[in-house]
Amino acid sequence: MVEQSDSGKPAKSGRPSNRLRLAKLRDLALIPPIIVVLIIGYSINPDVFLTKSYLVDNVLKYQAVLALLVLAEALVLIVGKMDLSLESTVGFAPAIAVFFVVGSTDFLGTPWPAWTVLPVTLFFGALVGLFNAFMIVKFKLSAFMVTLAMLILLRGLQLAIVGGATMSNLAKKIPVIDDLGSTRIIGMPVSIWIVILSFGVGIVVLGYTRAGRSIYAVGGNAAAARAAGIRVERVIFITLAIASVLAAFAGLMLAGQLGAVSATMGDGMIFKVFAAAVIGGIMLDGGKGSLFGALTGVLLLGLLESVLVLAQVDPLQIQAVYGLVILVALIIARVTSGKAQD
Amino acid sequence: MDTQQPLVQATGIVKRFGPTVALADGNLTVHAGETHALVGRNGAGKSTLVGVITGLLKPDAGEVRFSGEQAPALGDRAAWRERVACVYQYPSVVKELTVAENLFLDRQPRGRFGLISPSRQRKQAAELLDAWSVPVSPDLPAAELTVEQRQLVEIASALSLGARFVILDEPTAQLEGRAITRLFDKLRTLQDAGVTFLFISHHLSEIYEICQRVTVFRDARHIVTDTVANMDRDKLVAAMIGEARGLVQVGADRPAVPDTAEPVLELAGVTVPGHVTEVDLTVRRGEIVGVAGSAASGKRQLAEALAGLRGRTGAVSVAGRKVRPGTVRAALDGGIGYLPGDRNIDGFVGGLSVAENATMTIAKKLGPAGMVLPGKRDAAARTMIADLDIHTSGPDQPVGELSGGNAQKVVMARTLASDPEVIVLVQPTAGVDVRSKESLLGAVDEKTREQRGALLISDELDDLRVCDRVVVMVGGRIVAEHTRGWDENMLVAEIEGISEHSV
Repeated sequence: MVEQSDSGKPAKSGRPSNRLRLAKLRDLALIPPIIVVLIIGYSINPDVFLTKSYLVDNVLKYQAVLALLVLAEALVLIVGKMDLSLESTVGFAPAIAVFFVVGSTDFLGTPWPAWTVLPVTLFFGALVGLFNAFMIVKFKLSAFMVTLAMLILLRGLQLAIVGGATMSNLAKKIPVIDDLGSTRIIGMPVSIWIVILSFGVGIVVLGYTRAGRSIYAVGGNAAAARAAGIRVERVIFITLAIASVLAAFAGLMLAGQLGAVSATMGDGMIFKVFAAAVIGGIMLDGGKGSLFGALTGVLLLGLLESVLVLAQVDPLQIQAVYGLVILVALIIARVTSGKAQD
Repeated sequence: MDTQQPLVQATGIVKRFGPTVALADGNLTVHAGETHALVGRNGAGKSTLVGVITGLLKPDAGEVRFSGEQAPALGDRAAWRERVACVYQYPSVVKELTVAENLFLDRQPRGRFGLISPSRQRKQAAELLDAWSVPVSPDLPAAELTVEQRQLVEIASALSLGARFVILDEPTAQLEGRAITRLFDKLRTLQDAGVTFLFISHHLSEIYEICQRVTVFRDARHIVTDTVANMDRDKLVAAMIGEARGLVQVGADRPAVPDTAEPVLELAGVTVPGHVTEVDLTVRRGEIVGVAGSAASGKRQLAEALAGLRGRTGAVSVAGRKVRPGTVRAALDGGIGYLPGDRNIDGFVGGLSVAENATMTIAKKLGPAGMVLPGKRDAAARTMIADLDIHTSGPDQPVGELSGGNAQKVVMARTLASDPEVIVLVQPTAGVDVRSKESLLGAVDEKTREQRGALLISDELDDLRVCDRVVVMVGGRIVAEHTRGWDENMLVAEIEGISEHSV
């Protein structure tokens, strides 16, 4: 009755080096689709698509604002929350700062000097983020609902400030907007450099600092992070504030590109932001994903968009096609990364 | 018995998850009417086998037969539920619904116009609970059930579906002494009524108490099946750990702590509102002090207050220095290391690696200016993996992939990483196998031999045996104190508050 079987090793072992390679591979999951899209773009219009001027000035430049927003949203998603109001911060923060300088009312006495635009924009960005964090962390409200309400509120305030019209010709009046819109460094618009720099700093901070690793720990299991001595609430506060400041700055970059602040600036961007982040491997339930992955998500979406334009898709249909493309991209990302998404 | 087909027979079950072989050779034969024990270390393949014989996992090879018949198709859930049911450690009831609604989920009795009839459902639920003498009101919301009641409701639900074979996955893990006795009485009654049980537990004494036969799994394989009478404790442990050498009684050779040893942790009038009242306690250097008590004794809340997770009043000093209440950081910086009571809730971050989890408390020591250098982190983690004998593919493996015992060792590594003066541990061996238990308690023993002290909060007598001294809490106060060599029955009586010794 007693049968002894002689087994050797524990069954679960022996793939140490593969794991690291796998983790890195997941980051690179979108590179093949990106190459495919580049090839398609080239075959549609070989004379234009793969030229530096097209890629830099028609593709990347217009993705710079989206990229910064995706960076911001990625931080918030990794810490386990979500922020829908980023897209109205894009419009609201620059709008109020510009209004103080060029606004035609005497609501605050004399117009403020032009240099205040940058600090005031960032200040209001931080304010929005801290207010959201306060409602979410202290009042324990759902991040989704708080930031949805904030999205609507800020959009309304922006409309009230700008007054339905557009504050235009700003480049002449406000140096910082002019700089962000037209300065080039080594042949590339400054906004692209800012994106590269931000992601570079972000990748180092998230990967190799205590602060960055706490963001993953809090998003992965806040209770465990708290028991390990991480100040969970503070991490959430700071992350949400930084994300909002990034969104405010992205808004200023957008104003620079347009030379104006319009009432609808940023409208509808949040959907693309989520799409790019999720395609890039950021999980909606927190604690997982990398900024490099998010960046490849932005690149893929940006390239797809410009290919659709190049292919001369009917402007009336482009929205539907774009939605379809996002769905396909999600499926590709799901298959190549092998990870279930929530 | 021999002429009869076994109620459940699994032969040659193989199951792989990617490159991991979860089950290499799974065999199980359970006869009708017996209570059959399934034991093995964490990661031995028990859960996988349960998944296969409940029809939740598709085996890569091998077959399952019920009373000699081929198992139903994997998609035919109804057919599976008529044959077998499993009561898991974690609730599988819908908390927002009442007991009656849970019992008739998706098979609600209909009334007029084919609509669900709540009154009929209530009546049938009451009859069902009554038939299996489960003392629970059908109107109670499932969220308000105690663990004990919840298990009985789940068993009744399984029986009402026709299943006469019930798997119990560590049913006693979250129960107190008296509840365990009641559960076992109930199981015996049901067994007499013709119900067959597969009983999974890490508590070997329970197996001798209620099981007739036992099957041992090790390293994803079936090792042995025999009657419990033929398997004494040593034989059982040897089959589980696969070595001739038995288990060491950790702490048996601890030197006596001299009365002159300097105190390392002092509690004076510590009160946690609603849970703990005016507790005074001293732990000396080189001493492990056990805290025993029922779930309502406040022992867990006391530990959480010491760790900074709860507010408290009164004074706590470590090595003579006062520790500020209410923040984990202050407790950590003050020299208190804390091992949480339920690793799945606040023990580890499943998606992060062994190295990150183990070094979470000491991140500031891993590089200059807030940087964390992966090389340094992994080196620190490798030392801990070796020290605590953590079975992992390396520092990069996510903790979520580890078995319970190894995940707990990672949590222990995190607790010890900050080199604390005092270690506060809550249920350090909950849900881990005998060998992991030995290395976890061994680590506490070793760390406290000289300078450090430890406060060990536990329900497990095996844990408390390691302690130099055990105090008993009842109703938020310390009511008794014992040095090593206490009498088991007396301690249990004091914990339950039925001793004449209690104040």
